[in-house]
Amino acid sequence: MSDYLFIVPLLPFLGFLINGLLKDRLSKNTVIGLAVGSVGLSFVVSLFLFFRLIGLDAEQRTIQQVLFSWIPVGGLQLDFAYLLDPLSAVMILVVSGVGFLIHVYSIGYMAHDPGIKRFFIYLNLFMFSMLTLVLANNLILLFIGWEGVGLCSYLLIGFWFDKKSAADAGKKAFIVNRVGDFGFLIGSFILFWSAGSLQFTDLMHKAPEVFAVGGGLVTAATMCLFFGATGKSAQIPLYIWLPDAMEGPTPVSALIHAATMVTAGVYMLVRLNFLFVLAPTTMLVVAIVGCATAFFAATIGLAQNDIKRVLAYSTVSQLGYMMMACGVAAFSAGIFHLMTHAFFKALLFLGSGSVIHAMSGEQDMRKMGGLRSHLPVTYKTFLMGTLAIAGIPLFSGFFSKDEILWQAFSSGYGHPIFWLMGLITAAMTAFYMFRLLYLTFYGGERYDQHVASHLHESPKVMTMPLVILAVLSVIGGWIGIPHALGGGAWFEKFLEPVMVHAPKMEAAEAGAGVEYGLMALTIALVLFAIYMAYVLYNKNIAKAGSLRESLAGVHKTLINKYWVDEFYGAVIVRPVVNGSIFLWKIFDVLIIDGIANGLAIITQDMSLTIRRMQTGQLRSYLAIFLLGVIAIIAFLVVR
Amino acid sequence: MAVPLDYFVILSAFLFAVGTVGVLVSRNLIVMFMSIEIMLNAANLALVAFSRRQMLMDGHVFVFLVMTVAAAEAAVGLAIIISLFRNRESINADQLDLMKW
Repeated sequence: MSDYLFIVPLLPFLGFLINGLLKDRLSKNTVIGLAVGSVGLSFVVSLFLFFRLIGLDAEQRTIQQVLFSWIPVGGLQLDFAYLLDPLSAVMILVVSGVGFLIHVYSIGYMAHDPGIKRFFIYLNLFMFSMLTLVLANNLILLFIGWEGVGLCSYLLIGFWFDKKSAADAGKKAFIVNRVGDFGFLIGSFILFWSAGSLQFTDLMHKAPEVFAVGGGLVTAATMCLFFGATGKSAQIPLYIWLPDAMEGPTPVSALIHAATMVTAGVYMLVRLNFLFVLAPTTMLVVAIVGCATAFFAATIGLAQNDIKRVLAYSTVSQLGYMMMACGVAAFSAGIFHLMTHAFFKALLFLGSGSVIHAMSGEQDMRKMGGLRSHLPVTYKTFLMGTLAIAGIPLFSGFFSKDEILWQAFSSGYGHPIFWLMGLITAAMTAFYMFRLLYLTFYGGERYDQHVASHLHESPKVMTMPLVILAVLSVIGGWIGIPHALGGGAWFEKFLEPVMVHAPKMEAAEAGAGVEYGLMALTIALVLFAIYMAYVLYNKNIAKAGSLRESLAGVHKTLINKYWVDEFYGAVIVRPVVNGSIFLWKIFDVLIIDGIANGLAIITQDMSLTIRRMQTGQLRSYLAIFLLGVIAIIAFLVVR
Repeated sequence: MAVPLDYFVILSAFLFAVGTVGVLVSRNLIVMFMSIEIMLNAANLALVAFSRRQMLMDGHVFVFLVMTVAAAEAAVGLAIIISLFRNRESINADQLDLMKW
């Protein structure tokens, strides 16, 4: 069955190649059909592979397909090979499934854009890169996918490149990601240097023998890799690119900057979980960074007015959750949340896209309101997504988020502080999401006549993906219902073969009671936050204004995102720019050019003098020739 | 009564000097050419003289070689001079200064 594993990434790649090469000859509908069809087929193949994988015994669920020997140099033996195991199976399903829905949605959303062909070509390339990333069987092939999705992210953020802010945001995303990639590469080098292999299955076997627990090498390697993950998965300190990435078309925000690409860092951590558990220091750092990011981004999300920016900070915050899960060795919980998050965040982004589409491009929530009756399908699906992300029981987000909170509290790597921060973040998440919901869909209509005349529900091709994602957002969590709630924790069991058994300190009997208690506390706090949002943004919107007045300082800090961009600008960007200007004007122009031009001038002047020796007079040449002969003979004689 | 070797060498050196000066001072290409022939023959004379003194045939053989080369050189050189004259109507060496900067 391993024979057709490569088809999964190949199909979007073929779509990319055909559309990319024959863009001008194919009609718009052909391009769209090829692009969407290839991803859809890819999803079908993934589904097929997934069921074949389930059919196997748990121990045999690791399938590798070596396509060819890629880099055989000395001790470095890298194959271009794909690896299918429970982890990558989940990932390809999420990537191709959500990807396919977003492709379908894009048909409607981008219908009137002149660059629609280019859009789908980029999307196909992205799908290929992302599938290569999750299916790679070694770190370097993963890095190829990693860079590929980074490139597509750049291209798609700057899709409307004639808009300066979009072009700038693309550059910012790319450059910030490069900073993280540097860490990724260094980490890979350290791994290869110390373990002699970059293949995941090899590493998994070798790691416990090669590395001592808490050893310097493994800590350094995992730290560097985690730094790479902070770039791609938008964690502190490199999260700054993701909110700006919202300049891209909304399907792109949904696909790349919410559901798939940004989770690559989390995926990489989970893929290398056997290394990370050997480095407790790194685990602590991962947990702290994840926890801090979740909290920090959620606070910013409270005050944003752009509908997509709220969702962007929400994404950063949820990614922080996933990181925190990895940091407390709850890797399967991290992947579980990754999956449910892919469903509901893609849904929320697509829903916001539908709203923006209906509002003729308006993104400011203060100019929306009362859209519930105008956009019934969007509203209902959006509500499902909001309930899921807020963590209302029975919705998918509840199970995954609660699993993370419980692990943060009870795991051997966890700490009540992580749990507490996570809990407050959950409440803030519920608050800002319902704030968004109320501002957008409830209350008075705050838009002008011109917008109102164009107001319309999105076409079927856009609402169908919304409905499917809404269903998934509701039921997606049911595959991982914890034991404490009478479920089978099937998801965790499925991922078991990929994970190492991290030391856990939870006491089984005492745990259940505490787990119920914590769960109830979370739900209560979330409901309270929703009520607060209801009071402030629906029942009495003036109250929100007066609250804003009384907390003017806090509000200003939040709406300016803690001035982190300005801080980076002053501390990193400006010195680099000034240093570059110095190197350009002083070092390059004066010194480098000076040396080059000086040499040329000296040569020229000398030549002008010396060339006068060439008179063209035959007899003077002969005289010099004679003198030369005499000189040589004299030399030979005297010597 | 054999002529001493010194005489041959002195004559040869004198002829060579005459040839050299002739090449350097004359403007006419043909005169320069003849001067070169004188230099060659000065060398031939020295070769023959030393060869006779050593009682070896090597020098004689070499002279034949030099004479052959001189003949070939004369043929090529005269051809060049003729075509030069056809083109420029002059065989004055001072006027042939194309090879300068």
